[in-house]
Amino acid sequence: MKKDQVPQDHCKSYDGHKKLMYAVDDQGHYQGVSSSGWEVEGFATEMAVQELDNKVNEMKQAFLAGEVSPIAYYLPFFRFDLMSLAHATGFFQWQIKRHMKMDIFVKLSPKKLDIYCEVFNLSLQELKKPVFKK
Amino acid sequence: MTLIENSIIHQQSSHCESGVMANMLNSQGFNLSESMVFGLSSALTFVYLPMVKVGGLPLIAYRMPPKTIISSVCKKLGLRLHSQKFSNADDGMKALDQALSEGKLVGLQTSVYWLPYFPEDMRFQFNAHNLTVYGKNDQGDYLISDPVFEDVVTCTADDLKRARFAKGVLAAKGLMYVIDIPTSEVDLEPLIRSSIKKTAKMMSGLILPFFGNKGIRFLAKKIKSLESKPKKDAALFLGNIVRMQEEIGTGGAGFRFMFASFLDESSQLLNDNALFEIAQYTTEIGDLWREFAMKAVLFCKNRKNVSLDDVAKSLDVCADHEAILRAKLLQWSK
Repeated sequence: MKKDQVPQDHCKSYDGHKKLMYAVDDQGHYQGVSSSGWEVEGFATEMAVQELDNKVNEMKQAFLAGEVSPIAYYLPFFRFDLMSLAHATGFFQWQIKRHMKMDIFVKLSPKKLDIYCEVFNLSLQELKKPVFKK
Repeated sequence: MTLIENSIIHQQSSHCESGVMANMLNSQGFNLSESMVFGLSSALTFVYLPMVKVGGLPLIAYRMPPKTIISSVCKKLGLRLHSQKFSNADDGMKALDQALSEGKLVGLQTSVYWLPYFPEDMRFQFNAHNLTVYGKNDQGDYLISDPVFEDVVTCTADDLKRARFAKGVLAAKGLMYVIDIPTSEVDLEPLIRSSIKKTAKMMSGLILPFFGNKGIRFLAKKIKSLESKPKKDAALFLGNIVRMQEEIGTGGAGFRFMFASFLDESSQLLNDNALFEIAQYTTEIGDLWREFAMKAVLFCKNRKNVSLDDVAKSLDVCADHEAILRAKLLQWSK
């Protein structure tokens, strides 16, 4: 990639920041060049963010409909997946899946709830009753 | 609150680990560029692990696992690395304050998600992000040189503590490190040669089909097979590859440009034209990777003239050229 080909597409995900890219001058020698983003990369990022947002929304609706517990909502909200949340909490994935059911969630011990509060950085109040922005 | 500000030269970098190393060395008077750090640590590779899922998508990486760069550069240059982990977060913060008050620059492993200065769309659960703390201001906030940012930043003690002690995959457990620069002259030539040789050797892949050249071809095959999957799944699969290659600080083309920059710099240092030609060839390979990313995204955008076969083919072209590059590097480093 030539220096003047370094994309400056002002990606939304960069939030005004710039990244350092490596590109060559006319002699083929390298220099660091800052870039405000590449449209191709931005598209991939937005697709992934969109997918996450969809999941958060889906879980929010399911929670409001009483189908799932707040854990199911907070998992995508904090950009976890089952594996990473299992690692962070020390629970097994099947346990977390159970905790996502409302009838199981309401019976969880304070100790278990505390673990979730710690990992999500939430108060017990917030964990039990998610406050929805927007 | 006393103000501490240890002297640091903050230079924006593409990648956190190589950037932290370069900045910590340069600030102490030992000049080494980010690309040199990256190249000397033989961090370039390719990995596709279909069985390890991150957010439902397979793990794809263009470099060696976290901490490789730091440990191998220290080993190569004979640097002393003092690293510490903590079982208690408050102890970890105290040790950080102590090291800062001794005038040290302190490297930390942190979780990207809990660093508030990261843009929203770039925050994800990744626990192996490196940064350097160089002081503390009068409000008790830490002064941070995060190598992937243009400028130095600050972070409150609470947020930094959370980021250091976030639990999960690759958990940092408060890891902090301090390095001393080498006391004697370092002869880079043999180090460059041996690290290039190691990179070249790794490029053929191990016995398993997940690494190096084999890994790239394996991934290409997988892309072809996405034909039978719903369009949306195929798009998310391809998007994930592009993100690993371009979005997370790789300097472009999944570290290929950074590696080429290392070869270029080495060729100038050693006054070796053959190596410069290999650097130029690596640049061309980087361009091919960018072309692949572009095709992948065109497919995601539903362009009719781009099929999954086309995307896979352009990835195979990268593999073909990397096989040639491997031979050239081996030949050179003999």
